[in-house]
Formats: sequence, structure tokens, C-alpha cells
Amino acid sequence: MRLDNIQMSVANRQGPAVRAIPSVNNKITARDVNVYYATKRALKDINLDIEENRVTALIGPSGCGKSTFLRCLNRMNDTIDICRIEGQIQLDSVDIYAKAIDTVQLRARVGMVFQKPNPFPKSIYDNIAYGPRIHGLAQRGAEMDEVVRSSLERAGLWGEVKDRLKEPGTGLSGGQQQRLCIARAIAVSPEVILMDEPCSALDPIATAHIEELIDELRASYTIVIVTHNMQQAARVSQKTAFFHLGEMVECNDTEEIFTNPRDERTQGYITGRYG
Amino acid sequence: MLSGLFLIGEREHMLSDLFFFIGEHGQPMQTTMLLTVIAVLTVVGYFLGRGRAVAIAGGRLSTLHSVPPYHGFFVALWAGVPALLLLAVWVSCEGPVIMSLVLAQLPAALIPTDHQALTLLQTDILNLAAGVSNGREPDPAVADAAGLYNTLHMVAESCLLALGSALAVAGLTLARRQIRGDLRARNRVEAALNVLLILCSLVAILTTVGIVLSLLFQAIQFFTMVPLTDFLFGLHWNPQTAFSGDVKGSFGAVPIFTGTLLITVIAMVVAVPIGLMSAVYMSEYAAPTVRSVAKPVLEILAGIPTVVYGFFAALTMAPVIRDVGTALGLEVSSQSALAAGVVMGIMIIPFVSSLSDDVINAVPQALRDGSYGLGATRSETIREIVLPAALPGIVGAVMLAISRAIGETMIVAMAAGLAANLTANPLAAVTTVTVQIAATIRGDQEFNSPKTLSVFGLGLVLFIVTLILNVIALRVVQKYREKYD
Repeated sequence: MRLDNIQMSVANRQGPAVRAIPSVNNKITARDVNVYYATKRALKDINLDIEENRVTALIGPSGCGKSTFLRCLNRMNDTIDICRIEGQIQLDSVDIYAKAIDTVQLRARVGMVFQKPNPFPKSIYDNIAYGPRIHGLAQRGAEMDEVVRSSLERAGLWGEVKDRLKEPGTGLSGGQQQRLCIARAIAVSPEVILMDEPCSALDPIATAHIEELIDELRASYTIVIVTHNMQQAARVSQKTAFFHLGEMVECNDTEEIFTNPRDERTQGYITGRYG
Repeated sequence: MLSGLFLIGEREHMLSDLFFFIGEHGQPMQTTMLLTVIAVLTVVGYFLGRGRAVAIAGGRLSTLHSVPPYHGFFVALWAGVPALLLLAVWVSCEGPVIMSLVLAQLPAALIPTDHQALTLLQTDILNLAAGVSNGREPDPAVADAAGLYNTLHMVAESCLLALGSALAVAGLTLARRQIRGDLRARNRVEAALNVLLILCSLVAILTTVGIVLSLLFQAIQFFTMVPLTDFLFGLHWNPQTAFSGDVKGSFGAVPIFTGTLLITVIAMVVAVPIGLMSAVYMSEYAAPTVRSVAKPVLEILAGIPTVVYGFFAALTMAPVIRDVGTALGLEVSSQSALAAGVVMGIMIIPFVSSLSDDVINAVPQALRDGSYGLGATRSETIREIVLPAALPGIVGAVMLAISRAIGETMIVAMAAGLAANLTANPLAAVTTVTVQIAATIRGDQEFNSPKTLSVFGLGLVLFIVTLILNVIALRVVQKYREKYD
């Protein structure tokens, strides 16, 4: 009964609610991606396009494979011995799993922010300077100071830490640590930023901070964010993909997914029937 | 503390006093019987206490403050503990008390005035009482004293049995009478257990204090014979000449400490790089299958007895080093610091590698992921992130290895020799603090000769050095420790 009501209400909203989004470049395209952990198949024939300068949200119940898919995009799954990947993922039309691709260079282009803030046991300054230094992006000294300052500014953290850059990054609060990790990712000037549930360990105020930040970053970066929080997906993303049991069930404009899901499973999840 | 005070007053007679205690009678029948009685009463007390609590509750256990087994333990403790305390006090006081009674009966002319002879007389009486003859016909007065000793001993033991049993029964009865529904039996039992736990930790602490004090007092005695400055700054170590009365200039410990330092440095030069790098390999590079084989094999090194390392060093390593050295035109002694140091380093590798491997593995995977996510290579991640994060643990491992190297005796004794040469040449024979202590204490020396007492001076300095090392290690670990949750 309830399902019918929802479908009807969703159907009523169809039409005028659909907003035309100008077509954009696909930054990343995934074709027939399968991932296996040993013999367990974690992702099944995923086809997904990630658009440039947009925020794409990956939602779905725990264990549905959304984090696994995210980690395929910068080959972080390479660090897991038992993980095997089939299919093709292209970044700017270049296969990132091709032999010629160096994961070090790939990850400099596709940065990542993790679920739990993981600042290095170094000073705030060195946390930011680490990436630029290993990639030789800036000279030690004034140039590096500038990279650190601008990265922290873009992450909205500069005002809070500018007087204590020499203090350990682990001494910051949880929300500040996560913004430090975002600043650290920005410092290497990536094209894509992957975020794996970046707010799940944070309180609502810190979460609001990060969400604002994500919206601002969209202008310069392509962002893919995994989240369990559907309000968050609705707030920050333009595109949403719903994953379920290793399958990509549905991908569409965020508004469309939340108001007019095509698939019954998507509808069940966003209306809180399961997940 | 007690042992320390005992040492202050009578330290020169410590050895003879020790024999005095060993020579005492073994535990006689009555003590065993009392122990049995106490054990039985404790068990009986448990069941009586529990039964009474159940009876009082009358089927509604919730009316009791504590569950019945606690009432049982409560009664059992009252039955057992006071009687055991009495037994302990009795056994420790009985011998001296009886002996003073016996000596009071002897004619005053027979009692010698100096302590040494008095101890001898007491030993004679004890031997006679135990029926051990020393081959001489005993003085009739002494024989009488031995008889009296035996009689008093028997009386005392019977008294102990009666008193102890009575105390156990009384404790049991009184405790059982106390049992009521609102008796806080659990709190009482837990308080008793708390005391037991405190006593256990006190044993460890008091033992340490006792060892330090005995070390300290004997060392002070040594330093009254040999000036502290001579000991710490003298360049000549030859305790043998001290035997002929020439104390001054024979106990300069500098060659021994430089020898210890030399061998320790050689061992650490071998152990730290190899151990650390194998730890890095095993935790960061090795496939799980390789690691599961290689780590236990490496740890077997730690299980080889040091004496085996010792003859490996003396019979295999030292000749190889001598031959190579000779081929290169160097003069190499057949016992060399290098052979001992290298083999000691090999022995210590598993300490460094196994402990470092554990701390490297304890570095959260999230930190590595963060670094890889920024495009860092594996070696950059290890150098810049993993090793700094693991540093406190690695420092701890190295400090432990240094303590182990300084304290090692057998390898050096076999491979580096006993000659206290003052040299920094790793190809010469040297000696270490521990080897000197072992060699000296093995000799048939008078206990209070400077030569024997010198081991306490060496031991004290060794103790202070390792203490300082541990404090430094602790400081480093605290300073660099990062909290991960």
C-alpha cells in the first residue's frame, strides 16, 4: 500500500520537476567493471560515467560495493593482494589499468579522502607539504609555504591553524583533521577527488563545514563521494548512483533519483524500507 | 628492607649466617599436620558458610546482600588466614627463640664473646640435635644443650599444632556466627583479594629494592677499600695483584667499560641495520606466505642458547676473522672483540627485527592508505610515514637490544677473552663487565677481599648504566608517541 502511494506521489511530481542539466564531458568512464576479492564477486558489470566538475554521489546499503568502486578509480585496490579487477576504467579516455600507467602518477591526478581522518604523525605544515614534496611540485621555502597556505585556505582551515602550523596534525579536532586531509589532497593539484564517507566520523557542524567545502571545490575538481547519508547526497551532489549487492542499479541526476527513482530497489532504499 | 637492614649490621657474616639457616631442621611432622588441618578447615568452612547463607535465605537468595559462595569464601578466609599467619610468624621466630633459651642454660664460660665463634657453637648444637656428628667427641655441656634444644623444639611444635588448630576452628566458628542476610561478605572477600594482589606486587618491588640495597652496601664496602676515583678513572685492571696487598692501582675499571662499549657498539652496528631492514621487508614487502615462514625462522635465532653462540664465536668466527686479518697483513688476536661483537649482533637481530616488525605492523593501515592516496611510492611511504610513526617502538626495541648486549656474558667470555686491554681496536682481545663478574665470583676467594667485592662495584655501575638507558628509552618513547584510536 505504502509503496503505491509513494509511487503515485513521485509520478505526480514528474514533468515540471525535471531540470535540464547542460551536457558535460565525462571525466571518468567505467565499462563492465567486475571486482573479485579472492573468489567473491564484489562488483558486477558496472557501467558508470563520472562527469567533469560535478559531484557524483555513490549511495547504497553497507557492503554494496560503492567503496570498492571508488577505490578502483585511483587503483587503491592494488594495495589489497587478493583483489582482482576486470573491465575498463578510463580517465580522460585513457585506460587507467593499462600497463603504461604508473599508479603514483594516477593517484597524483585522482586524490582521495578517507572515511576516518588520517593525518600523518607530522606537523600540520608537513602534512600538506608531503604530497607536493614527493611529487616535486614546489621548492622548499617560500614556494612551499604558498602551496601550504593556499591549500589550507581552499579547505577553509587556514584561519584556524595559521598560528600553529608546526603543531602535530593529530592534535586537531576530528572535523579539522578531515579538512586537513582534504587540504592535503588539494595540495597535489588533482583533477578528481574521491571521498569515502568523509563525514561519517564527524559531528553535524563539522559535517556542514565539509559539505560547504565540497560545493566550493566542485568548480575546480571532479568529485566522487560515497555516503550513507541520503540527505547529504541530496545536498551536495548533482548526480547520484545507487549500488545494491554489487550492482549499479541506477544512475541519474540527483533530483531525479530522489524524486522519481526508476528502480523499485532504489525507491525502497531512499524511502528507508531497507538498507 | 629487612634484608637491607640485616646487611648493614652483619654483612661480614652473611655467608656463615646463610649456612646457619640452611643447617636448621627441616619442617617436622607437626607443621605438615597443621597445614593439613588448616586446608581441611578452610574447605569445611567454605561449605558451612555457604550452607548457612542458603539456610538463612530460605529459598529467596535475593534477600542476601552477597550470593552464598561469597559467604563460603568469607568463612574459609577466617578459618585459613589467621592460622597461616600464626604458622608463618612461629616458623620464622622459633629457631632463634629456642636457641637463645638453650644458650641461656649453658655455663657462661662456654659462651664465646666474638660473633664468629658463637655462630660456630650454634652450628655445633644444631648438628648434634639433628644427630649429625662432626667426628669429635662433643663437650658434655654442648651435648646437653643439644638435648634441650630437641626437647624445646618438640614442645614448640606441639604447641604450634594445638594453637594453630584452635585458631582455625575459632576463626571458622566466629565467622560462621557472623553470617546474616545483610552481611557484606562480597565486599569483605574482595578486600581480602585486594590485599593479596598488593602483596604479590610487593614481592616484585621488594625483591628489586633488596637487590639494589645489597648491591649498594657491598659496593660501598668495596669503595672504602678502593677509592671511587681510582675505580672509575683508573686505566689498569688487574685484581690478581690486589691479592698480594697492593690494592691501589689494580682496580681501574676503564678498560672493562671500554671493552663493554666496544663490543656493544660492534653488536649494534651488526644488529640494528640488519634487524630493522628485515623488519621493513617482512612487514611491508614480503608476501604473506614468505612472512609466515621467514618470521618464525628468524625468531629461532632468539631461541639458540647463548653458549652455542659462544662456541660458534670462539671456534668458527674467531679463526675466520684471524685468517682473513692475517691474509690482509693485520695482526689479529685469536680472541677478538670483533668475533664476539659480530656473533652477539647476530644473536640480537631477532630482538630488533621481531619487535620492530610488530610495531611497524601496528602502524594503522589508514596512514599508509593516506600516503598511497597522495601518489606516494612504497619506499616514500615507509621512509616518511611508517618509520616515523613506528619510531617509539623501534627505539624501544633498540634499547632492549643494547641492554641485552651489555648484559651478555657467555659469548664474550668464550670469544673475546679475559684480558682487560684498554683499546679501541676491534681485532684485539678485550673483556667486559659481565665477564669479569663471572670470572671473579667463580674463584675461591675470601668473601670480603677487594677482588670479590669488586664485582659489586662493577655490578652497581652496570645497573646504573642500564637504568639510565631505560630512562632515556622511556623518555624518547613518550616524546614521540602518537595516539591512534
